[in-house]
Amino acid sequence: MANTLKLEIVTPDAVTYSDSVEMVTLPGVEGEMGVYPQHVPLMTQIAPGEIVVRKGGQEQLLAVGEGFVEITGESVSILTDMAIAADNIDEAKVEEARKRAEARLAEKVTAEEEAAVRASLANAVAQLNVKRRQRR
Amino acid sequence: MPSTRDIRRRIKSVKNTAQITKAMQMVASAKMRKAQQAALAGRPYAALMNKVLAHATAGAGDFTHELLEHRPVKKRAVILISTDKGLCGALNTNLLREAAKFDKESTVFICAGKKAGQWAARTKRTIAAEFSYKDNPQFGEARAISKFAQEMFIKGEVDEVIVLYTNFISTLTQKPEARPMLPIIEIKGVQSGIHGDSEKVALEQSSVDYLFEPSAAEVLGELLPRALNFEVYQFLLEAKASEHSSRMVAMKNATDNAKQLIKSLTLEYNKLRQANITKELLEITTAQMAMG
Repeated sequence: MANTLKLEIVTPDAVTYSDSVEMVTLPGVEGEMGVYPQHVPLMTQIAPGEIVVRKGGQEQLLAVGEGFVEITGESVSILTDMAIAADNIDEAKVEEARKRAEARLAEKVTAEEEAAVRASLANAVAQLNVKRRQRR
Repeated sequence: MPSTRDIRRRIKSVKNTAQITKAMQMVASAKMRKAQQAALAGRPYAALMNKVLAHATAGAGDFTHELLEHRPVKKRAVILISTDKGLCGALNTNLLREAAKFDKESTVFICAGKKAGQWAARTKRTIAAEFSYKDNPQFGEARAISKFAQEMFIKGEVDEVIVLYTNFISTLTQKPEARPMLPIIEIKGVQSGIHGDSEKVALEQSSVDYLFEPSAAEVLGELLPRALNFEVYQFLLEAKASEHSSRMVAMKNATDNAKQLIKSLTLEYNKLRQANITKELLEITTAQMAMG
């Protein structure tokens, strides 16, 4: 019986994470959820937020954007538009991106553009939250 | 017999051409590297997306979506992804040869790239829309194309959507390929295509019934259009990578040919020059002997 999960986090730019893990916590659209091995097959969406990966008793934090998750008994596949490990987040840069997005929202923009800006804003906020949490 | 001056002039002009093609080759090779990287980086995402999609549509039970609907094909739309500029070898010729195989009457074209639009207008095909995309394709551009195709399909204007693009295999090989895009059920054939046979997803193994959260309708309603948008995006990336690779190779060949030409022209020039000198010497000595 498998007691690890094969976790794969893939973004359009790269495969961000691919490893066997013991547990993973996801920011589902209906609230946070923890996934252990032998989980029932599930298909769900995730919201911008943080992923906690537990491997060998160690926890690792990642910031993710919105996306989809496919869970089977032995694997978790996450498709998202952004995924950054907490250690790689450049706080100053992200803060700047957040300010830029907020400024952009204050202007008049088309609905399509607004959605795009809102998404990048949510991504920036998720990254900042992860960074702060890591420090605690 | 051309004079030495004529040959000199030709050498100069060929040299200029070589310089230009060399510069274009450099530019193309720089762009090629970027475009290839982008295309290759997108592949794992596309593969996983297709896998999830295949599992989701198979495991969704009796759920149906308007993008999954199968209809007898009376009219089809072809999204034709070409380049904007020429000078990229046989890339467009090969692509458009494939495009010409579609039935004129029952096919409408959605053109991306200038060459596709020009071809469709020249051969009097029906054009539904023309899109442009930049040198580094943006997701927004792909979304516009994909949305347009989805709307046509949902409204029932077409019963099938096919994407015709140039698949990037390696710097030296690119192949025009037609991929069914809508209705979505056909997508299952696609994933094996882009990414080689090794990643073929057997449908049987995915006969697990998935739970959906919040609900199948909501998850699939989000997933399907997004997957399609991304698919088109990946096609654009592949087409761009192919374009730059093909241009790089074409320009390299042109430069090599020009260099070859310069070599043989220089040889001819030197021979002629030597012949002229010999002739002049002969004339002088003959004149001297006659006088003496």
